[in-house]
Amino acid sequence: MKVLVPVKRVIDYNVKVRVKADGSGVDLANVKMSMNPFDEIAVEEAIRLKEKGVATEVVAVSIGVKQAQETLRTALAMGADRAILIEAAEDVTQDIEPLAVAKLLKAVVEEEQPGLVIAGKQAIDNDMNATGQMLAALLGWPQATFASELKIEGDHAVVTREVDGGLQTVKVKLPAIVTADLRLNEPRYASLPNIMKAKKKPLEVKTPADYGVDVSPRLTVVSTSEPPARKAGVKVADVAELVSKLKNEAGVL
Amino acid sequence: MKNPFETDERRAFRESVARFVARDIAPYADEWDEAGEVPWELHLKAGALGLFGFGIEEKWGGLGFDDCFMRAAASQELGGCGASGVFAALGARNISVGPIAALGSDEIRAAVLPEVLSGRESSALAVTEPSGGSDVANLRTRARRDGGDYVLDGEKTFITGGMKSRWFVVAARTGGPGLGGISLFLVEAGAPGFSRAAMTRKMGWWASDQATLRFEGVRVPARHMLGPQDRGFLAIMHNFNYERLNMVAACVGMARRCWRDALDWARQRSTFGKPLIERQVIRHKFAEMSARIDAVESYLHMICWQANEGAMPVPEVSKAKFLATKTLEFVASECMQAMGGAGYMRGNAVERTWREVKVMAIGGGSEEILRDLAARQMGL
Repeated sequence: MKVLVPVKRVIDYNVKVRVKADGSGVDLANVKMSMNPFDEIAVEEAIRLKEKGVATEVVAVSIGVKQAQETLRTALAMGADRAILIEAAEDVTQDIEPLAVAKLLKAVVEEEQPGLVIAGKQAIDNDMNATGQMLAALLGWPQATFASELKIEGDHAVVTREVDGGLQTVKVKLPAIVTADLRLNEPRYASLPNIMKAKKKPLEVKTPADYGVDVSPRLTVVSTSEPPARKAGVKVADVAELVSKLKNEAGVL
Repeated sequence: MKNPFETDERRAFRESVARFVARDIAPYADEWDEAGEVPWELHLKAGALGLFGFGIEEKWGGLGFDDCFMRAAASQELGGCGASGVFAALGARNISVGPIAALGSDEIRAAVLPEVLSGRESSALAVTEPSGGSDVANLRTRARRDGGDYVLDGEKTFITGGMKSRWFVVAARTGGPGLGGISLFLVEAGAPGFSRAAMTRKMGWWASDQATLRFEGVRVPARHMLGPQDRGFLAIMHNFNYERLNMVAACVGMARRCWRDALDWARQRSTFGKPLIERQVIRHKFAEMSARIDAVESYLHMICWQANEGAMPVPEVSKAKFLATKTLEFVASECMQAMGGAGYMRGNAVERTWREVKVMAIGGGSEEILRDLAARQMGL
């Protein structure tokens, strides 16, 4: 079984994001970029399936700027077998929206015929949480999102999902889309020998035109702003004052 | 600052090591330092990451290539973990596998290197003696030929990795006085006549093991001599270059870590109604420290470049090492001044680094010896 893993190049999770002065977006100049952490979990899961002998090949695909090659090399260094880059943006400020990404992935899926797609549940930059679901809809495949455990049983995937208030286990027929949540696994580091080997693994470069997909934006960013600063708290003298404030000011009692 | 020598592989490797440090070391650095050791599992993880095999063939478990920038990146990231004793605990083998790979027979390489480079075992370099450290040429441990063996008698001290290593590269006198009479031997811990004692009451590097080793009639098969008889001195000197280079890189990592931690403090700490960092006397400290650290790092990159090109630039390695330790001394001190009492308390990287400056400034060639070596190498 072939496993396809879409990966996105995003602002590194350690970077403190700053909003541009004109509110048109966030400042991406000279900012460290890395693989979306949920995608890293997806890559790790795919590699584990290969190590268990369940998957035969792991293909990583990224849609974005030329530099997303670095992200794909990371996936290859972790253990993916080959990579496809769809160069769909001129510069980092141009965000490819989930629907366009899903359409491109659908085209890749039709070409590659994977038995399973494992994606991150969402990218940490825009937090859309939409691509996996849209891809499932476009393909007409079953989906199991927010996976915290994945098992392949015959021609089915058994997925434990993290849902509000607990865990839900679903069984979906393959081929299917699974999206990875934080606790699915702990991704490995790319070792130096594997980083060097990754240099020699195939990385194919395509364009949206190769798949006949229009990636022009359908949404307009109206404004971007910093989250409101947290206001200073107040000290209360005793429990009675606290209860009074909760009752009369906060209105929660 | 951008590095003109950056490649995708170097960046990827540095990021891997940085993540390894952030996830598997930094959260435990205080605890391990207080405990006086790192869990052995860490050696295995570092081995799997590829930290140990530079310049050693793949058939012996090495990486099959060398890159000074990657060596430096690994040391820099480990140096920044918050307890440089972890760098010492893992790195002890790095200063001993070079001679084993370069001078050992295939039998020795096959027996030792895969175990040591994978992190399953460790090895250590045993040169320094109670009678002298810097004066390598006058070391006193003797190796006397007896049939098919050499018999070693003497004592070594301040040996990093000394308690936990299985293999030792031991310098001993086989010939006359001076640098022309020294040979290197591979000695296995547990050989009859070999004993060791832990040196625990030390100023820093608590997470690592240092030992005094005693050799009382230890028989070493002649085939365990590394390289030709009486030619060990040059091998020791050659080996020092990478040790020093790694220490320069570790100093940069330690200094950057102190700078970051102290800066976090200076941003949060408010004095007389303003964050500390807005006080000129404090912000100028940070600018000065940053400039000095950048300078050492840039120097390191130039040395790495030249070492990759061919010959190791010995005078520059020597100069970079004392420059790095003087910079670290300055940075650790200034960071503690910025942090005040909070910096003085145990359990933070600045306090620990301040104590660990001296092991960096004395070990692997003292500042005084290195200035002299540089002066001689430059033909002054």
